[in-house]
Amino acid sequence: MRVVVTGISGALARMVAQRLVARGHEVLGIDRRPWPDAPKGVTMAHADIRKRPAEDVFRKHHPDALVHMATVTHFSVGREERYRINLGGTKAVFEYCHAHGVKAAVFVGRHTIYGAAPDAPLYRNELEPPLAVATFPDLADLVAADLFAGSALWRWPEIDTSVLRVVYTLGPSRRGTLANYLGGPRVPTVLGFDPLYHFMHEYDAAEAIVLALEKRLRGIYNVAGAAPAPLSLLCRATGRLAVPIPEPIMPYVFGRFGFARLPPESIEHLKYPIVVDGRSFQQATGFRPQFDEVQTMDAFRWA
Amino acid sequence: MLDRLVDDEVRARLERVELPFNRYGLDEFGLSKDHLAWFYTLLGRLYHQYFRVRTFGIEHVPARGRFMVIGNHSGGLPVDGGMVLASCFFEMEPPRIVHGMVEKFAQYLPIISQLFSRWGQLPGLPEHAVRLLEADRPLMVFPEGARGTGKLYRDRYKLVRFGTGFVRIAMQTRTPIVPFAFIGGEEALPVVYHSQVLAKVFHAPYFPVTPYGLPVPLPFPCQLYYSEPMTFEGTGTESDEEVEQHVEKVRDRIAALIEQGRVRRRQERAAAGQGRAR
Repeated sequence: MRVVVTGISGALARMVAQRLVARGHEVLGIDRRPWPDAPKGVTMAHADIRKRPAEDVFRKHHPDALVHMATVTHFSVGREERYRINLGGTKAVFEYCHAHGVKAAVFVGRHTIYGAAPDAPLYRNELEPPLAVATFPDLADLVAADLFAGSALWRWPEIDTSVLRVVYTLGPSRRGTLANYLGGPRVPTVLGFDPLYHFMHEYDAAEAIVLALEKRLRGIYNVAGAAPAPLSLLCRATGRLAVPIPEPIMPYVFGRFGFARLPPESIEHLKYPIVVDGRSFQQATGFRPQFDEVQTMDAFRWA
Repeated sequence: MLDRLVDDEVRARLERVELPFNRYGLDEFGLSKDHLAWFYTLLGRLYHQYFRVRTFGIEHVPARGRFMVIGNHSGGLPVDGGMVLASCFFEMEPPRIVHGMVEKFAQYLPIISQLFSRWGQLPGLPEHAVRLLEADRPLMVFPEGARGTGKLYRDRYKLVRFGTGFVRIAMQTRTPIVPFAFIGGEEALPVVYHSQVLAKVFHAPYFPVTPYGLPVPLPFPCQLYYSEPMTFEGTGTESDEEVEQHVEKVRDRIAALIEQGRVRRRQERAAAGQGRAR
């Protein structure tokens, strides 16, 4: 297969690209950021996904499939730019797919769109509404991108679209939302709360994404690996010191004292769990995670 | 620090519990072996020494697989729930960790919400009940809910309205229902008044006030009666009338158990009184 990977210079996207190449696929990468030592079999295009050079990749190479990973979070990008990339970009790439006869598309989304709330069940399934809009308004663009990608199923039924809601990834790359939060030696937690965190090894996540493509999966799926772990254990097992802080002063310590910089709304995500049920993805694709939660935390710690 | 207070018996029993704990002693629902150890040590002290609970009919509780224990709320705080957990842990072989379905307001409280999660006491959502039962975990449900613990002393041992959700879930997941009656909680924690102000402070449905002020249970001996499991065939999607009939059967069984327990207690007291008189 000839596969376009958008946002290919991201840590997880590189792993997906390497896996695709290893399995004999041809990879066309699109990113504004460089990937200097891209392996053989990956053709890079330096382009913004919303601009003509990106569409040229589709026009010239007639790819069979798309893996859309060019979405950004509040960690790296401001609000306006985020809306342009996450919403404008997602719309653009699906339109390219439709216009240039792409047969399968995988949208790699996040499980955080379900939102953390005290009265939400553990193990959310795909039918649960995305509460993040209410509890963490800065995630609205990611929620909208997820729902828009899902709408491709009826908008362009000729494309086999799958929307993956992947839990946090951890691993040797030490990149990603959760790795960012666990970045420093001291991790701020909310005094009196110890939510379960759902995460998977980044190798497993890359494998899941490749599987979704190879199985021509259609529909919306949670992707999870092993069992969740309490935040306190996550800190302990990765060699971090959890520093419980009373909730009212939380917003003032972010970005100070060696703590990660987080938006104040993210406090809900430090108080309540977001745990998803990944069984239907496993049934649909036969995906079996290779790493359990303990091995995943070790891989992150000792990388 | 808490580790040193843990009873050796509790530790030995925890080793025999058939649950898939990982290397750090945690399972997929967030239960923690370390937290369970001191929690059950505390429950054991209350069960054996403080309330001197006597359990009858523990043989009716299945040793393996899923079940639901369903009973009356007795007393202004859910001490009854704690004693049911203790009886299934201390009187059964292998010991069973029972999951309670907790009133939702507890999730908002710092520390409490965290402890409940480590002890396997999850918020009372149907999704949790189904998921736990499908994993063959035992469940404890008080269908009276907060209406039950919110009873005043003058209404003791009168069952209030039962919710119907537990029967639907039992039918859907083919789970046997084990009815139980808890006797003594109402005397241990007599509630004479509900404070609206304090309830607001804690976001609780009510706040119990006792004749001596604080809502602290007294060391009153308690009894726990289990009866034979009941199973209801069906899918859980039946009409309300049909489900109500099953709920009534469970309710009647619990009411009979309560009566049986209170009669026995009266007889025992009378016998003890005669013994003293002689």
